[in-house]
Amino acid sequence: MSRKISDTRVSRRTVTAGIGAAALAGVAPFNIGRAQGAPLKVGVLLPRSGTQAGIGQDCQRGVDITVGILKQMKMPDLQIMNADTETNVDVARARAEKLIADGAQLLVGAFDSGQSTAIAQVAEQKGIPYVINIAAAPPITEQGYKFVFRNFPTGPMILRDAFLNQKEIFALVNDQPKTAVMLHVNDTYGMSILGGTKAMFPRFEMPYKIVEEIAYDPAARDLSVEVAKAKATNAEVLIAVSRLNDAILVTREMIKQRWTPKSVLSIGPGWYEDQYLKTLGKNADGPISFVPWYDPNKKATKLLEDALAKAHAGIGLNTNHVYTFEALLVAADAYKRAGSADPKALADAIRATKITDNVSPGPGIQFDAKGQNDQLKCSAIQNRGGKLVTLAPKASANAKPDWPLKRA
Amino acid sequence: MPLDVYLNVAVGGLLTGLVYGLMALGLSVIFGVVRVVNFAHGEMMTIAMYLAITLFSVLGLDPLVMLVPIAAVLFVFGYALQAKLINSFITRPEHSQFLLLVAIAIILVNGLLIIYGPDARNVQTSYSFDSFEIGRLIIDANKLYAAFAALVVTALLFAFFRFTATGTAIRACADNHTGALVVGLDVKKLYALTFALGSACVGAAGVMLLMIFDVTPALGPAYTLLAFVIVITGGLGSMPGALLGGVLIGMTEALAGLLFQPSMKSMFTFAILVLVLLIRPQGIMGRRA
Repeated sequence: MSRKISDTRVSRRTVTAGIGAAALAGVAPFNIGRAQGAPLKVGVLLPRSGTQAGIGQDCQRGVDITVGILKQMKMPDLQIMNADTETNVDVARARAEKLIADGAQLLVGAFDSGQSTAIAQVAEQKGIPYVINIAAAPPITEQGYKFVFRNFPTGPMILRDAFLNQKEIFALVNDQPKTAVMLHVNDTYGMSILGGTKAMFPRFEMPYKIVEEIAYDPAARDLSVEVAKAKATNAEVLIAVSRLNDAILVTREMIKQRWTPKSVLSIGPGWYEDQYLKTLGKNADGPISFVPWYDPNKKATKLLEDALAKAHAGIGLNTNHVYTFEALLVAADAYKRAGSADPKALADAIRATKITDNVSPGPGIQFDAKGQNDQLKCSAIQNRGGKLVTLAPKASANAKPDWPLKRA
Repeated sequence: MPLDVYLNVAVGGLLTGLVYGLMALGLSVIFGVVRVVNFAHGEMMTIAMYLAITLFSVLGLDPLVMLVPIAAVLFVFGYALQAKLINSFITRPEHSQFLLLVAIAIILVNGLLIIYGPDARNVQTSYSFDSFEIGRLIIDANKLYAAFAALVVTALLFAFFRFTATGTAIRACADNHTGALVVGLDVKKLYALTFALGSACVGAAGVMLLMIFDVTPALGPAYTLLAFVIVITGGLGSMPGALLGGVLIGMTEALAGLLFQPSMKSMFTFAILVLVLLIRPQGIMGRRA
């Protein structure tokens, strides 16, 4: 009995423990409140210097305009922590580690497949969510990673849509070209597109036959021979896989050598970039590019276009801005739904993403079990009077194809 | 493939080769007289190209109009460089000369990077897209103008060395350095003048190549190498050899690209070099040491 009384007696230790527990219970809700109110720390890794500096800086424009747009969309604040990968895989890995050590709660980047692969390894190892803005190499989302997500089409998705969009355009113009010549740069990108084309071409039953493949060095400064060789094939269309400088060189040579095929169908960069349009003026009109682009008819696109025009007048909205914006949108949306910056909660929230008010073509942003947005669509865009119009897919189109190619 | 395709490509290669020849001529002249290999040759060419771009964008001056003024600027630059810096290295071992000129090349490349950035640049003249059609032959107007200008500059250089007293004195220096000193020639001044002439040549070639190619700061080393290949093929120190080497390399690049794969152009250029070194080590028109 005495023992019982003794057991129920309130000791000094019990009082201290009780006060401690009460204090914890009282403070805990405020802690959660702070997590929701504080901005999410997002480490943005981009090649801001080195050979991809121009593209990295263009992606940065996407970052700059995103903060204001997220506010308009009533999304939580993001605290951007910038890092430069210097267009180098090892530097990308080191910068990702440093960002995490400095408190980054989520990573975004890094334009290039090699650099993104390195960052993905770090993110997975440290258990920090990573949203890829631009990188097309399929293996990144084939590793079984739990913290890596990609809202950008893979190489095979880009090629698949290129063939589908070409067929849509041929049907629209009621013309089925019978022959094509493929002029491609012989770097990693050019060779992978060539390999992919060879592997996928038979499946799509394209109306044309590729009569010749002409490879050239990315450092070539004169492409007169390449164009002469392509012209000599008498192919109806030119399929180009190039970068910016060589796209300009090929166009110049085509004009000088008076070669006007029915169309230039470009798979990849170069032919639609601002610098191409500015350098060639009216001679830039006509080529059709098959690229990851944006849907000009979506509501959020207008927001992005207006914000870009205000911040960087004279620069047209492009892939770099769109997919960098969407990567940050995914981060903000997940943070809003998770209600916490806990990495696991953020990763789970990203996995459950369903954003329909977005900019890229397709039904919206969502991720499959591998962390890939497999519903994304690529577009066919055409240069017209220094601007770009979307020809396909039909749901995203805002113009009819100008066909065949005309030269002054 | 139709015959006219071969003809078009060969003519294009010939015209580009003539400008290559002028570029390599500068290197050959400098080595033939001063006995210093200019490892900053391509970088000096890019300086001329950027000067032309600046004058074109600021004053709207056509590259062909700027040919003489820019060659003059490079002449002064080359003279100052030789007189103030390279001259003190003339008697030093070759590796010292090599390091000095490589250092100058690196400084020039990085200076251009800081000023102009890494992007490719070019000039867009009213005739940038012009070509002449003669039957089935289509000739690039820019290449034609550039090749014509290269021939004129080369002819003037030949005439200078052959018919002027200074040119004869420079040739005397090249033939017999000690003899030139004995007869009282100002060898240091003549060396500086030769380096200046070589620089002016590459400056003129740079302006003309700008009408054909885009320029980036990183272009220099590739053209230094190309100039070497040309002068070694043609004969180091031989002026006609440089021109012949330029034409040979220009046409080889063009025809190899057409007959095989364009990405194999450089391979054939270096194959010619190896062949010449094996069969005639002094170069096609070079003199045996």
